[in-house]
Amino acid sequence: MSGLASASGAPNPWLTAAAWRGLFRDRPMIPLLGLLAVLVVISDLVRPGIVSPEWVSVILRAAVLLAILAGCQTLTMLTGGIDLSVGAVASMSGFVVASFAAGAGTPTGIVVALVAAALAGFVTGIGVGVFRVHPLIMTLGMSFVILGLANVWQLQSVVTSTGVPPAFRWLGSQAFADVVPFSLLVFLPVAGLILVALKLTGYGRLLYAIGDNPVAARLSGARSWQVLVVLYVVSALLAAVAGFLYSGYTNVASVTLVDSAVLPSVAAAVIGGTSILGGRGGYGGTIVGTLILTVISSLLSSLGYPEAVRQILFGTIIVAVAAAYTRVTGEA
Amino acid sequence: MSALSGTVDTARARPADALAAWARRNAWDLGLVGFLVGLLVFTKLIQPSYGVPGVQGLAISVLPLALAAVAQAIVVLSGGIDLSLGSMMALVNVVAATQMQGQSEEFGVAVVLGALLLGLALGAVNGSLIVLTRVPDIVVTLAMSFVWAGFALLVLPTPGGGSAKWLPELVTGSLGNEWIPKAAVVLIIVVALIWIPVRRSWLGLSLYAIGSNRLAAFRSGVSVGRTRILAYTLMGLFAALGGLSLTASTGIGIPVPGPYTLLSVAAVVLGGVSLAGGRGSVFGPILGVIILQLIRTDMTFLDVDTNLATVLQGLILIGVVMIGSLVQIRASRA
Repeated sequence: MSGLASASGAPNPWLTAAAWRGLFRDRPMIPLLGLLAVLVVISDLVRPGIVSPEWVSVILRAAVLLAILAGCQTLTMLTGGIDLSVGAVASMSGFVVASFAAGAGTPTGIVVALVAAALAGFVTGIGVGVFRVHPLIMTLGMSFVILGLANVWQLQSVVTSTGVPPAFRWLGSQAFADVVPFSLLVFLPVAGLILVALKLTGYGRLLYAIGDNPVAARLSGARSWQVLVVLYVVSALLAAVAGFLYSGYTNVASVTLVDSAVLPSVAAAVIGGTSILGGRGGYGGTIVGTLILTVISSLLSSLGYPEAVRQILFGTIIVAVAAAYTRVTGEA
Repeated sequence: MSALSGTVDTARARPADALAAWARRNAWDLGLVGFLVGLLVFTKLIQPSYGVPGVQGLAISVLPLALAAVAQAIVVLSGGIDLSLGSMMALVNVVAATQMQGQSEEFGVAVVLGALLLGLALGAVNGSLIVLTRVPDIVVTLAMSFVWAGFALLVLPTPGGGSAKWLPELVTGSLGNEWIPKAAVVLIIVVALIWIPVRRSWLGLSLYAIGSNRLAAFRSGVSVGRTRILAYTLMGLFAALGGLSLTASTGIGIPVPGPYTLLSVAAVVLGGVSLAGGRGSVFGPILGVIILQLIRTDMTFLDVDTNLATVLQGLILIGVVMIGSLVQIRASRA
């Protein structure tokens, strides 16, 4: 009844279903930020007083790590791909630096790790771009290769958990005045770069073009294999940086450290409105998606739920958000 | 006379032609069989003592992954993918192990039947969510992998539980000839009893149809949504069998998903099933699983670091797909 009334009188176009639909489709950030705000309010209602600068700092420290990995997923998903090798690359990078820290020094370790990551990304990019292997398979295969090689390297160099360089520990787990995490020093430039690259550069346009319609992109002169090779190298480098922060955050150097973050990173990008089919989305939404996931998991643990219930709710929420998104925008 | 000899000729030629056509259709599977035989000969050469125990061990270690590969293959054939397979297997595994612990052997039968029903239900939930929400299958099954793993942890927080005695006995040892491991017999029977009737029915036909061209299938009167749900339901059944085989081979329940999701995708691709759907069979992936496992065994015989076996598995996976897509690119250019 009210829908009919507002449609005929049209006193406020914002109340119509179509207008809402348009708002959600064109400005996905608004409903996402709304969801985030609701979650923060719920957190505070459940545990009054928990929302404080320190709480924000804890959330940010965890979210930054996931956000960088979700950046890899956003970029690759825009072209219709996915990068399941981020976990292996990130773990490998953190581990390599830790294994070099005692001997050759941290800077050498960082260079070796970045070169190894870039090489892995290059191979992935050649596979996806030139040989047209499905990105899911290519990155899956590469993660086996990287994990295996990292394990071989582990046997060559015995590393204990104290091997994580102090600089990483400071960067990953400390915060300025216990409020502003130092990992933002890494994250803000990275995020700015991704946002600018996607919004303002030709390369960003190419990513959207290839994901939206590969044939049209090729016919308009885009050399998609070059774009894809660069993309997967960039993704691997981002994963390596995330790996450095992870090892610092957890103070652990292990070749499987980041594996458990791969699926959440995909989930964060999906919740942020990036289509897994390519061509639609952006990094802004992904950052908010990451914050939403982090707040949810913190909320669930503050409620004292066991890990099992947290996982169940986590999965359910991802399906629910993705379903709502599809329902509202009418596209997958 | 000449006409007669002509008919004789065609009659004689027809089986050969049919055989050639069959060989062309199953070229990939035959290649895998050839590769597997070569690999077995190679194994025997580098380890002359490789014999009955080796084959027995191979069959038992392959069983869970082979069932997982069949499960994944069914979904991939229908044009989907399921990333929650490993979690589903873990959930069925712990449910079976907790329910069978300390119970009678007869009750074990009921538990196994219940576990199979549970698998069907889990698969149906996945399929229905994908069809009803219209969210891409990767995203839904990715999310459901958390859900099923969570339920598994809820049922059994730490590894434990037990198994009816007859369940491990069903898959260990040999049947008649010592060269025929029971695990292999079980695998063949299960696949033959479930998959072959499905493959030959309307369901199998529509499954391949929606995998190769969803729109064409829809316009030919295939109920796409229902077929997709049934494909996932069938996958759930094989995932349950895989979970039960874990209970059988370990004797306990382990709530943490094994590497079965990703390995099953690898085996499916290696088995010649197109990730785009509609092309391949469930037998190729089984051969793929055996080959992957045998390579691992060979590398331990050769005293090679097992970590390099992981590297090799990855390289094989990538290499096979690269060759496959190269052939496809060539063909489309010609």
